[in-house]
Amino acid sequence: MLVPLSWLKEFVEIDIPPELLAERLTLAGLEVGSLTYIGIPQGKVEGVRFPKSDHLVWDREKIVLGAIREVKPHPDADRLVLAMVDYGGTELEQTVTGAPNLFEYRGKGPLEKPLWTAFAKEGAEVWDGHSETLQRMILKEKKLRGIPNRCMVCSEKELGIYEDHEGIILLDDPGKPAGTPLQDVLGDVLFNIELTPNLARCYSILGVAREVAALLGKPVRYPSFEMVAEGSTIEGEVAIEIQEPELNPRFTLTLLRNTKIQPAPRWMQYRLRLVGQRPINNIVDVTNYITFEIGQPLHAFDYDKLKARAGKKTPTIITRLPKPGETLDTLDEKTRELEPHNILVCDTQGVLSLGGVIGGAETEISDSTTNVLLEAANWNFINIRRTMQSQKVNTDAGLRFSRGVHPSQSILGVKRGIELMRQTGGGSIAQGVIDQYPRPVQPAQVDLPIKEIKRLLGIEISIEQILDILWWLEFKAEVKNDVLHVIAPEYRMDIGSGVVGRADLIEEIARIYGYDRMYDTIIADEMPPQWANTALEREERARDVLVALGLRETISYRLTTPEREAALTPQPPLPRGEEERDHDRLWDAGSYVELANPLTPDRAAMRHTLLGSLIDNALTNQRTVTRQQLFEIGQVYFKREDAKLPDEYRRLGLLITGARRATGWTQDEPDAPVDFFDLKAMVEGLLNGLHIQNAQYRRSSHPSLHPGRSASVFVNGQHLGDFGELHPVVARQIEWESAPLYVGEFDLDGLLADVNANYPVKALTNTPPVLQDIALVMNDEVEAARVEAVIRKAGGDLLKGLTLFDVYRGDPIPEGHKSLAYSLVYRADDRTLTDKEVATVHQKIVKTVERELGAKLRA
Amino acid sequence: MLQELETIYKEALEAIASVRDSEALRAWERTYLGEKGSVYGMLRSIGKLPKEERADFGKRANEVKEALLAAMTEREKLVSAAELARDLEEGQIDVTLPGRPHPTGGLHPSTHTLRELYRIWGDMGFQVYRSRDVEDDETNFTLLNIPEHHPARDMWDTFHTTTPGVILRTHTSPGQIHAMRELGDEGNEPIRVILPGMCYRYEQVTARSEMQFHQLEGLAVGRNIRMSDLRGTITEFARRFYGPKAKIRFRSSYFPFTEPSVEVDVECFLCGGEGCRVCKYSGWIEIAGAGMVHPTVLQNGGYDPTQWSGFAFGMGPERMTMNKHDIRDIRYFWNNDLRFLEQF
Ligand SMILES: [Zn+2]
Repeated sequence: MLVPLSWLKEFVEIDIPPELLAERLTLAGLEVGSLTYIGIPQGKVEGVRFPKSDHLVWDREKIVLGAIREVKPHPDADRLVLAMVDYGGTELEQTVTGAPNLFEYRGKGPLEKPLWTAFAKEGAEVWDGHSETLQRMILKEKKLRGIPNRCMVCSEKELGIYEDHEGIILLDDPGKPAGTPLQDVLGDVLFNIELTPNLARCYSILGVAREVAALLGKPVRYPSFEMVAEGSTIEGEVAIEIQEPELNPRFTLTLLRNTKIQPAPRWMQYRLRLVGQRPINNIVDVTNYITFEIGQPLHAFDYDKLKARAGKKTPTIITRLPKPGETLDTLDEKTRELEPHNILVCDTQGVLSLGGVIGGAETEISDSTTNVLLEAANWNFINIRRTMQSQKVNTDAGLRFSRGVHPSQSILGVKRGIELMRQTGGGSIAQGVIDQYPRPVQPAQVDLPIKEIKRLLGIEISIEQILDILWWLEFKAEVKNDVLHVIAPEYRMDIGSGVVGRADLIEEIARIYGYDRMYDTIIADEMPPQWANTALEREERARDVLVALGLRETISYRLTTPEREAALTPQPPLPRGEEERDHDRLWDAGSYVELANPLTPDRAAMRHTLLGSLIDNALTNQRTVTRQQLFEIGQVYFKREDAKLPDEYRRLGLLITGARRATGWTQDEPDAPVDFFDLKAMVEGLLNGLHIQNAQYRRSSHPSLHPGRSASVFVNGQHLGDFGELHPVVARQIEWESAPLYVGEFDLDGLLADVNANYPVKALTNTPPVLQDIALVMNDEVEAARVEAVIRKAGGDLLKGLTLFDVYRGDPIPEGHKSLAYSLVYRADDRTLTDKEVATVHQKIVKTVERELGAKLRA
Repeated sequence: MLQELETIYKEALEAIASVRDSEALRAWERTYLGEKGSVYGMLRSIGKLPKEERADFGKRANEVKEALLAAMTEREKLVSAAELARDLEEGQIDVTLPGRPHPTGGLHPSTHTLRELYRIWGDMGFQVYRSRDVEDDETNFTLLNIPEHHPARDMWDTFHTTTPGVILRTHTSPGQIHAMRELGDEGNEPIRVILPGMCYRYEQVTARSEMQFHQLEGLAVGRNIRMSDLRGTITEFARRFYGPKAKIRFRSSYFPFTEPSVEVDVECFLCGGEGCRVCKYSGWIEIAGAGMVHPTVLQNGGYDPTQWSGFAFGMGPERMTMNKHDIRDIRYFWNNDLRFLEQF
């Protein structure tokens, strides 16, 4: 909300610099996002910093208040006039201008009342009013259609006040002599205040002024809420029927007869423009002005139109919910289909406006209106907010009502509004106010034990200080038996009752007292029991292990689409074996958590797998690198049939592709791309690093993976993940064309549950080992893991080491066979082995593999 | 023959003077001292001499041999010193060339910051408590004193799921309710936890705003927790995170689940409060929203607000990382471009 300092000063005396005021407001919860200066220089206050402003500062000598005494025609140009300006000098300065708002005074001779304006002398710096972009210019003497000219009467744009203008700026009599520096007349600062939802009461200049008054300890100068009502009574002219008092707690009306629709006075138009409103006519402008001034939105009806609708009888204003199928043409030229919760202002003939939000077109004020019926009503803020959201309409009135306006404000608004309309358009106000207020709201009352303040804030603050703060905030407060009895001012809707009311009051005291006066203390309370967070510690350990293995951590969007994830399996699905049912849930389109309001179509559901984001990351990165080794740890989400909330599991995903080693300028290690066994080494490294024992690897049936080059990991019989080469059909589907992708995904919670924290450490021995190699020829289908298991079993305690060092197929090994070569380490922990002992166990191994695997020693 | 020996001797001494490397020295050795070399040749042909001359010749020949061996040893020293010098010179490399790249892994920047936060808060007695991403409306809003249709809900643009009443959490604050209910023993035990997690907002993704981001919420509930304790605790945190001179300030603010509510600023650690681009020339950087736990929220967590009190705060790890490293585009975080990740 924009708050001009000049307007604020109407309601409260301000004796500190604007920058300091901005700081005080910000600390008190009214965050001043920025200050916009008009004409005056930016101030400097010790300890308070704002970005440097590059606004136009009006030179005090060269830009002054001017009084146009006469407007003469230009001898050679219809679109130019000669303004004779009194700028406080000894004679008038003739100034050539094309301002259309002077044309009506052309050739009228000396003016009875001067036209007050802004006058810039030769050498003054102003904004270039004719430039599309913001450009400064220095005034120099030049001829305009033959007439010499060196000065200028200025528009709002040239002065840097606002863009929108209709010629030069014209002011009401400022009560200051011509030649006064313009800074002292129009110099101003606009406070751009960001209001949190609890500060509904501050959505007006008066509302902000109350805060300023409390912060500075100054009284609020309230405007007059009296109306000069000299016309015959309003009784009998209009009636009100409130059908939904919960949604429309109060409705008030006043009537102005025989008024004239005309432009609002210049000061009012100027102020409206400063806060971003376009002036229309005095009636509409007054409704806006009151909205901004005191925060009570108003709505003006053409009374005669209402009367005509009522068949010349007394019109009745009815507030109610819509009937089925009702519509309303609103002022923004839309036909709205009304929803059951939209509270309406109607008459006996139908809908007039969407209550508190936007008026209807039919009964609005027009240039021929003479009798104005003014509405100031009150609406349930939650219902108004709902209507604004569902009807997609945003108005200044709706904004305020949706945050909450107290019903006490209606009567103030309806009186002040009608009086300003009378002052600006003439006519006579009907005596009285029609006021329906079926359930008057009592001001909030709170009893606050004084010790609560110290209990919750930890500050020592005297009762006098507390009472003082509350008094400046316009609370009524007294202390009895160490309890504060407080009545909130009637405009406040944010003060609750009971323990909530106490907290509300404590916050008021704290923020006006100032958080900068609060000391730092150390928690004196008992320390709660501390516990070991094993899941988190192990997860972080997993990250460290993966980093040590050379993997880079990624964190991705957890939103995707079922279609995107479906592309991670061959489409259409390939025929599958029974064991693949294991993975069914992963691709079950029905178990996605889907968004009702996705921001973009590609992020519409919560992911089932990390593979999608890892692959997306690989696709992103392949533009710049050829070698990628990535991991991600994060949740996946599965909707449940039997519960409202989905299952969330933590998963660990891996992806590697490209060269095994990083390449650089040395070019000396041309390296093969990674394959299955690089990824397997990482999986083994992860399990070893986490001290997970008894892992078994079996051929995987994961549909995203190459069936021949992928494995499932089992720990203690539990399936904890799959890894391997991305299925070639999937690679094609995702348009991956570089070196093969190797990916894996694991159940992190399952893995971490298998961590053996108390893993045994082997003793170090110095007895000499005996090293022997063995090469075995066997049928191709025998799996390496089985060979290893058989050798280990036969080798018993003496076999301490077993390393596969060669796998060979081809001549002279028979077709359909392979040779596996192992180096074996024999050792006893307590003695040096004899040759005989070694020979015995080695023979046992040879015999066992032959018997169990049909393997023969390679010749 | 003696004459011949003397000639060989002279010749050998002359030849060795021009030997420059060990290969030439070996060749010289072969020529004069080798088994097939001149000196041995002479010694072998000693039998051709008359007997009376043999002794003298033999003596002289041995003298010559010893002298040549000595000359060779001497020369060897010179040659190897020269060769070492040459090797060292020829072995020079351009030490300004970059090192051979070695594949390294690394953590995501958000993880770095989260770990730092876990460590600092852990040292201060705040332990990590995690809760779910997909929440019900009630825990994310209603129990946190944000009723349905209340304008305070405008503070969070929410992703709704197709299941009515189920949303993606807009903040980690629902974790307050879970933590109080799970750890509070029906309002009888104090709590000190931090609640990290991913949050989601229906917000256009730009350089300044993300639809997904981490939050780290803190919660302390006890029989005697004061707002001045919140100040002291955050000051302590700021000193540990930003350095021993860190200064904080409280600005009054509004969150439905705390009252009083404040925004916490730290004096800009980049410009020392003088004003710079990162602090938007204010000298202050916002690091947290905080406040005293609202009595309604305490009640919803099972505590009697007249006997118990608490404070809560919320921080943005990505925002903190951005300020620290002058990262100007929040989209870098989930884009996972290795050129970004590898800088951490
Ligand atoms: Zn700074």
